[in-house]
Amino acid sequence: MRIEGRGLVDRSAPVGFRFDGKDYTGFQGDTLASALLASGVRVFGRSFKYHRPRGVMTAGSEEPNALVTVGRGAGQVPNVRATLQEIHAGLEARGQNCWPSLGFDVMEVNDLFSNYLSAGFYYKTFMWPRKFWEAVYEPAIRRAAGLGALSRQSNDEHYEKAFAFCDLLVVGSGPAGLMAAREAARGGAEVILAEEDHRMGGRLLAETHEVGGQSGAGWAAATVAELASMPNVRLMPRTSVIGAYDNGTYGALERVGLHVATPAAALPRECFWRIVAKRAVLASGAHERQIAFSNNDRPGVMTAGAVRAYLNRWGVAAGQNVTILTNNDDGYRTARDLIAAGLHVAGVIDARDDAPAAGDLPVRTGVRVIDTGGRMSLREVVVADRDGKVSRIVTDCLAVSGGWNPALHLTCHMNGRPAWREDIAAFVPKPGMVPGLTAAGAANGTFSTRACLAEGAAAAAEALESLGRGAAPADLPEAEDGAVRIRAYWEVPGGKHRAWLDFANDVTTKDVRLAAQENFASVEHMKRYTTQGMAPDQGKNSNVAALAVLADATGRGIPETGTTTFRPPYVPVSIAAMGAGGQGKGFAPQRFTTSHKAASERGAPMIEAGLWYRPSYFPRPGEATWRDACDREVLMVRDRVGICDVSTLGKIDIQGPDAGRFLDLVYTNTFSTLKPGRVRYGLMLREDGLVLDDGTTACWGENHYLMTTTTAAAGLVMRHLEFVHQAHCPDWDLRMISVTEAWAQFAVAGPLARELLNSVLETPIDGEDFPFLSCGTVRIMGIEARLFRISFSGELGYEIAVPARYGEALYRDLVARAENLGGGAYGMEALNVLRIEKGFITHAEIHGRTTAFDIGLQGMVSAKKDCVGKAASQREGLGGPEREQLVGLRPIPMSRQIGAGAHLFNEGAEPVSANDQGYVTSVCYSPTMKTYLALAFLKDGRARHGQRVRLVDHLRGTDVVCEVMNPIFFDPEGGRARA
Amino acid sequence: MPSLIEKSACDGLLPVSAGGVTLSEPAPERITSVAPFAGKEAAAGKALKALGLGWPGPGTSIGGEGRLCLWTGRGQAFLIGAEPEGLAGIAALTDQSDAWARMRLEGGGAKAVLARLVPLDLGAGAFPVGRAARSGLGHMAMILHRSGAQSFEIMVFRSMAASAVHELHQAMTALAARAAL
Repeated sequence: MRIEGRGLVDRSAPVGFRFDGKDYTGFQGDTLASALLASGVRVFGRSFKYHRPRGVMTAGSEEPNALVTVGRGAGQVPNVRATLQEIHAGLEARGQNCWPSLGFDVMEVNDLFSNYLSAGFYYKTFMWPRKFWEAVYEPAIRRAAGLGALSRQSNDEHYEKAFAFCDLLVVGSGPAGLMAAREAARGGAEVILAEEDHRMGGRLLAETHEVGGQSGAGWAAATVAELASMPNVRLMPRTSVIGAYDNGTYGALERVGLHVATPAAALPRECFWRIVAKRAVLASGAHERQIAFSNNDRPGVMTAGAVRAYLNRWGVAAGQNVTILTNNDDGYRTARDLIAAGLHVAGVIDARDDAPAAGDLPVRTGVRVIDTGGRMSLREVVVADRDGKVSRIVTDCLAVSGGWNPALHLTCHMNGRPAWREDIAAFVPKPGMVPGLTAAGAANGTFSTRACLAEGAAAAAEALESLGRGAAPADLPEAEDGAVRIRAYWEVPGGKHRAWLDFANDVTTKDVRLAAQENFASVEHMKRYTTQGMAPDQGKNSNVAALAVLADATGRGIPETGTTTFRPPYVPVSIAAMGAGGQGKGFAPQRFTTSHKAASERGAPMIEAGLWYRPSYFPRPGEATWRDACDREVLMVRDRVGICDVSTLGKIDIQGPDAGRFLDLVYTNTFSTLKPGRVRYGLMLREDGLVLDDGTTACWGENHYLMTTTTAAAGLVMRHLEFVHQAHCPDWDLRMISVTEAWAQFAVAGPLARELLNSVLETPIDGEDFPFLSCGTVRIMGIEARLFRISFSGELGYEIAVPARYGEALYRDLVARAENLGGGAYGMEALNVLRIEKGFITHAEIHGRTTAFDIGLQGMVSAKKDCVGKAASQREGLGGPEREQLVGLRPIPMSRQIGAGAHLFNEGAEPVSANDQGYVTSVCYSPTMKTYLALAFLKDGRARHGQRVRLVDHLRGTDVVCEVMNPIFFDPEGGRARA
Repeated sequence: MPSLIEKSACDGLLPVSAGGVTLSEPAPERITSVAPFAGKEAAAGKALKALGLGWPGPGTSIGGEGRLCLWTGRGQAFLIGAEPEGLAGIAALTDQSDAWARMRLEGGGAKAVLARLVPLDLGAGAFPVGRAARSGLGHMAMILHRSGAQSFEIMVFRSMAASAVHELHQAMTALAARAAL
C-alpha cells in the first residue's frame, strides 16, 4: 500500500510494467520490489531447495529472496534482484524456480521431505552406482533446485568495457561517501563517486533524520548537485564496485541500459569498469541482519531497516499491522516511523533485558518468537514468555533487526581478515587491509549520521594529504548522533521448526549444527558442506549469523571461529559485461591483405591463418567442389603460371654492423657470408634445441638483411629476436623492425613466371642475371619494387613486393596477366598441395616437438659456429634411429584416400598405441602425381624408404597400407626452380 | 605506361562520426623508422634538429602537424612528414609509410571513446598534448599520440584497419547513445 505524502518517487509519473504475466503500475523512482510491495504482492519467488514461497526481505543489492528473471528471449537475465531493478515501461519480469506458477509450485513437495534434505544429503544418498551421479542424479537435482536460467541463445545485445582513472574513488554515497567526495573535490582532487543505487544518498534516503537542518534526502540532493557541477568529479550512479585488486585497481559494474524503456541498439546494457585510483574511500554502508527463529522465512518477514526504507523512500507500507523483533535500538526507529505514517504497530519484541523506556510503543521483553504462521504471507507470530506461556500476535509484517554488518567486503579482497568488535557485535575492517583504501562510516562500524559525516570528511582529508593537497577543515553539518546499544542475539532458542540463516540457498541452523556434528567444524568446511554463503548474495545476509551458530555448536567464540574468505565480485557480474567486446568477431582482430577485396570478388572462401584471412581457393564455373578448383590451380602452377598473395609472411628488417653476426647466432646455418643481392634458406631453433621456425633471409646491402618468417610464427620470431638481442648480446650493434605490413608481396610461380614478370618490369630480367636465390630492386609501372627469386612450389618462382598502397592494384594486374597466359590466382589449398609434393615443411611438421634431425635438416646446423639451441639439440635422444623422422607416404593402391592425424604401424602389428611407429602431419591429393600423398614422422624413417607401413586412422576408420618414400615426391633434383 | 592505383589503409572505411566525435584518416605521409646505431644517439639528435625536430624522449614527441618525430619504442622513433635527411649511416632507417593504418580521433568525447579500448590514463595531466605511447586498442597493438587537447592520432597495423575502425565506431555510437539518455 502506498502512503500519501511520503517517499521520493514521482507521483506524477506513473509507470506500467508486467510481473508474472500481470500488469502493474508504479511510479518513476520505484524499484520492482517497491512497486510490487505497493501493489500488495507478497510472493516474489520460490526458494532454492524447498521451493518455499518467499517475499522481499531487504531493500538493497544484498536481497536473497526477491530474485526474478527480466526480459524474454535471448536477452533474458536471470537472478535480477527486484530491489535494484528500476521499473520502466515495457519491463517484463517473472518469478523463478517455480512450476507452473509462483502461487502453485509442484516442487513444493520438497518442503515435506525437508527432514531428509539436510546438509550433505546428496553426498550421502546418491553415491551408488557411481556412474549415476553425473548421468542421472546431478541433472535431476539441478533441475529441482536452482534459481533462474539463461536463455541458452546467443545474445547480441551490446555490453561495454571501460577504463577510468582518478585521485580518489569513493564507494557509496551515503553520509560518509558524500562527505568524503565533497571534501576531496573541494580540495581539488579528481574524484569518482560510485553508487550502486540509481539515486545517490544511501541511507539518507531511507531515514527521517535531518542533516544540517534539512531533510537527509534534501542534504544529499544538494551535495550531489554541488558535486555534479564540479569539473573534477565524475558521478557514477548504478555502479557497483565489485572488487579491489593490485595497485589501486577496482572493478565496477555499471547498469547502463537496464532501466531504459526503449534503449537504442547501440546503448550498452552494462559496462564493466576498471578504475585505477590513487586512493579510495569505502563508504559502502552496512547490511542489517536477520535473527534465526522457527519459520522465519515467510513472505512478510523483512529486515526492519528495509521496512523503514520502503516507507520513507518509496512511500510504501510493507504491512498494515507490523510487529518488530529487535536486539538493538534500531527496531524502535522503524516502529516510530511506521506510527508517524499512521500505520499500526502490533508490538515491539525486544530481545534485550535492558530495553529502553519507550512509553509510546507496545514493547514486550522477555518473550521469544517461537513460530510464525501463514503460507503465502505472514499471518501471525507465535511468542512464548519466560514461563513458556504461548500467545499469538496477528500481524502481516515482521520487521527484524539483528544488528548491522558493515559491508566491508572490498577491504578483504587482498586477503585481509577483519576484526571483531564486541560492542557492536560485528566484524569491522582493520586499517591498511587494502593499500590506499580507507573505510568510513557504517562500512567501518560507525553508525551515527554525525559520526559518518565526520569519518567521511576525515578520510577525504587523509587522502588529500597523501595526494600532496592541503585540506581546509570541513564544516560538519549537525545530525543525529546516537550510540549503538545491542545484545548479540543470533538465534531464538527452543524453536521447534527450521530456522533459516541463508535464505537464498535454503540453509538452516540445523544444517550448520549438523556440519559441526559431522566434524566440518572449520568455518570454511561448514560453508562448503552446507552451501551457506554460496548463493548470489554470497552470504551477505547470513555469514555472521551462521558462524555465530557454528561458534555456539563448537564451543568457540566468534573471533576464534573467524569468517570465510570474502572474494570478488561483491555482487553478481554478468559474463557478458566482463567479456564485453569479445562477442563473435570481436574476439580477435581480423587481418586483411591488400588483395582481400579482389580475392573475395572472385568468390574465394577465406581461411583463417592466425588472424589473417587468406583465400582458400578460387572457384570457377563448372567446378563442383573445392578439390576441382584446387587440382586446377596446382596444375596451372605446374604448367603455366599462378599468382598468390604471400604478404602475410613475417618480414623483419635487420640493420647494423653486427647484423650478420646476429643472424649466425639465431639461425643454425651461416648468414654472415651471404652477399648482397642473395637469398638463403635458414632454420631457427628454440633454446631447447627444437625447431622454432624456418624461412629465407635476403642480404639487401652491406649490414642490411630482410628476414622472412612463416605467417604463423611472425610475432613469435620477432619476440625471439628481441629477446636474444636484449638478453644475450645487448652490446651488439644492430636494429630491427617489422616490415610485414609495409609491403604487399605476391608469388609469381610457374614455367611462365618470368614471361609474365617481364611484361610488367620496366627492365626485363633473364635467368642468368637474376638466378635462383637472388634478390634486388626493380621498377614496375613507375614505382620501385623488390624482387626475390624464391620458390615454395618448386617451380620457377619469384616474389615481388611493392609498398602496400599499390598491393590491390598490382594483384589485380598480375592475376589478369596470369589468366591471359592460361594461369590465374591460386589459394591456400593449392599452395599446400604444391609444397607437399615438394616435401617442404610448414608448422604442421615443425610443430614444436621436432628437431632439425627429425626433419632431415641436421646438415644445416653448422659445425663451424654456435647458435641458439645448438647445444641443447645435441642432447641424447634428440637424434638417432629411435627418433620419428620425416618421410613421404604413398597409399597402395594410389587411389586410397588418407588423412592427416592418422598413426603408423608395422604391417601385421595390432594398431594400438603400444605399437605406434609414427603419425601423419600433412596430406593432399596430388593432381601432378595422381595419387594421395602424405608427409609423416616414422621411427627410423629415413632408413625405411621403400618399405611398407600400415596407416590407421581410428577416428575416420581409415586403414591403408602405404609405401615409405623420400618426402620430396616431385622433381627431387630441384631443376624446375632453377630453370 | 599504365600506373598502379594507390589505396590508403582506411580506404572506404573513413570518415565516420557519432556523438560529436569524428574518426578520419589523415593524408598519407612519409613515415621512416629511425633507430640510431650504438653511440650515434647524439648524432641522430643533431640530424633531427637540422630538420627542425630532435630526438624524442620515451613517451614523447617533437614537432607537430606536418612534421613530427614520435617516440615509438626502445631506441626507436618515427619521423613523420619529412625525408630522413642526414641520418643515413647514423641510424637504421626503415620505411614504414605503408605499414600503418593512421586515424585521427577528434571531438569533445574523444578521450571517452578511447577509454573504452585503451587501458591508459589519458587525462590532460598524465597524457598531455604531444605524449606518445605504445599500448593496446582493444586486442590490437597501437601507437597513440595526443595531437591536441581533443584530438588523438592512432596507428595500428595496416591489416587491422577494418577491425580498428569497427571498434572505435562502436565505442563512438555507444557513447552517443549514452548521451541521448
